Amino acid sequence: MEISTLQVALIVLVSAIVGMGSVLDSFQTHRPLIACTLIGLILGDVTTGVILGGTLEFIALGWMNIGAAQSPDSALASIISTILVIVGNQSIATGIAIALPLSAAGQVLTVIARTITVFFQHAGDRYAEEANFNGIDFCHVCALVVQALRVAIPAFLVTIFASPEAIRSMLDMIPAFITHGLQVASGFVVVVGFSMVINMMGAKYLMPFFFLGFVFASFTSFNLVAFGVIGAVMAIIYVQLNPKFQKNAAAPAAAVGTNAADDEFDDD
Amino acid sequence: MEQEKKQLTKADLFNMFLRTNLQQASFNFERIHALGFCFDMVPAIKRLYRDKKDQSAALNRHMTFFNVTPACVGPVLGVTAAMEEAKANGAAVEDGAISSLKIGLMGPLCGVGDPIFWGTLRPITAALGASMAVQGSLLGPVLFFLLFNIVRLAALWFGLVYGYERGLQVVLQNLGGNLLQKITEGATILGMFVMGALVSKWTVIKVPVVVSTITGPDGNTVVTTVQNILDQLMPGLLALCLTLIVCKLLKKNITPITLIFGLFAVGIIGAALGLLE
Repeated sequence: MEISTLQVALIVLVSAIVGMGSVLDSFQTHRPLIACTLIGLILGDVTTGVILGGTLEFIALGWMNIGAAQSPDSALASIISTILVIVGNQSIATGIAIALPLSAAGQVLTVIARTITVFFQHAGDRYAEEANFNGIDFCHVCALVVQALRVAIPAFLVTIFASPEAIRSMLDMIPAFITHGLQVASGFVVVVGFSMVINMMGAKYLMPFFFLGFVFASFTSFNLVAFGVIGAVMAIIYVQLNPKFQKNAAAPAAAVGTNAADDEFDDD
Repeated sequence: MEQEKKQLTKADLFNMFLRTNLQQASFNFERIHALGFCFDMVPAIKRLYRDKKDQSAALNRHMTFFNVTPACVGPVLGVTAAMEEAKANGAAVEDGAISSLKIGLMGPLCGVGDPIFWGTLRPITAALGASMAVQGSLLGPVLFFLLFNIVRLAALWFGLVYGYERGLQVVLQNLGGNLLQKITEGATILGMFVMGALVSKWTVIKVPVVVSTITGPDGNTVVTTVQNILDQLMPGLLALCLTLIVCKLLKKNITPITLIFGLFAVGIIGAALGLLE
């Protein structure tokens, strides 16, 4: 497919927003689920965007920046893999193969951007001395622009320079056994994200709930909503009965009533 | 209200709330959210101090190292604004008191915010959205976006107002008391339970290696693979083992990206040898 000028402009705009989202971590625009969907919408193949987004979201589920530690970057990976898959008419498996090296590259770029930002921090210090409010606002927002550009520029270059034929012939060079292997691996590479969440919680004494969730899921066909409700009910009961919280147990009693009612409706 | 009493308006608080959405814009490896926190405080400092010198002193106070789960900045910002307001109205609030307050609230709020937002709310809403998205449903991303952001924005706004109105004493009491501890522990349980479910339901490992091929007297061939045997034992057993191994490796400071590439290598080699499908 050919990409129109309007599409290029929209891709750059969305990439900038996604780049900003990757550092802000507020609206979650940098998550594959959102970023891939938006690119899919622009390129007129929203279904591919949504499916690739969902697939990559499972892989990236536990990727999070805690403190100053940086996780792989989902922003650049989501945007460029979706462009290449849709324009080059490739499979979702190829999309995953493209996305992972990009997430490592994106991680390097965001670390560089967060180092450059030290400059804006120091400029902000000077404006604080002068009580220049606009200066402070300006420095803060400029730092955000660095993050916007670190995704928008690569996306722009890929969009204008890569013709569908070039993309296809390049990706066709990946041997079939590698694409197949990646597809197989994408089934279990998701555990890295799950493990990151489990480790972050740092609550070894609550691991029984993890095993309980596992066994429940292995032997039932409950959906995620049901798991959410059951998990919430167990959490409330646990907190209520836990001797270490015994002093004021009046408030959660009301909460458990409503959740128990939800349970009856939502379980199937 | 006395003419002289300086007080933040609802509009100031709303402006600060809007600014908290850009909390991490100038995230840097030197002082993390220092400039971000100062940026949040700009409307308050503008309102409370007229004199250039006081303004500059106040801005400098908030250029110090700061870091918190972005969705949890509300209460710290609210309490800090309340203390600045007291100071601007002549109360004897030392500069050091404001700084140590921020540092004091940072740790406990990260302790609450990280498990709730990154350990429970985001993985669960994202998994829900993604499970719909892989079927091609646009509702998946929309649902994820709405669910996560409604909770996040509510936490920012109500946290800010709560911190500002109740002030330091009440916030400290609650941090020291067990309400937040209860919420954190509850969220952790929910997160752990759903992670367990995800490991079983959304991890696919298949070992098609044939153990035996028996042709029965009726001529039907029964092929038993390693996977059949494992499934009889417990579906998802390999996924569970792999998760526990990856948890251990992550604790040994092997980076996630290394593990991801490692697992991809396992996938490629395993598939080529016919051990995995």
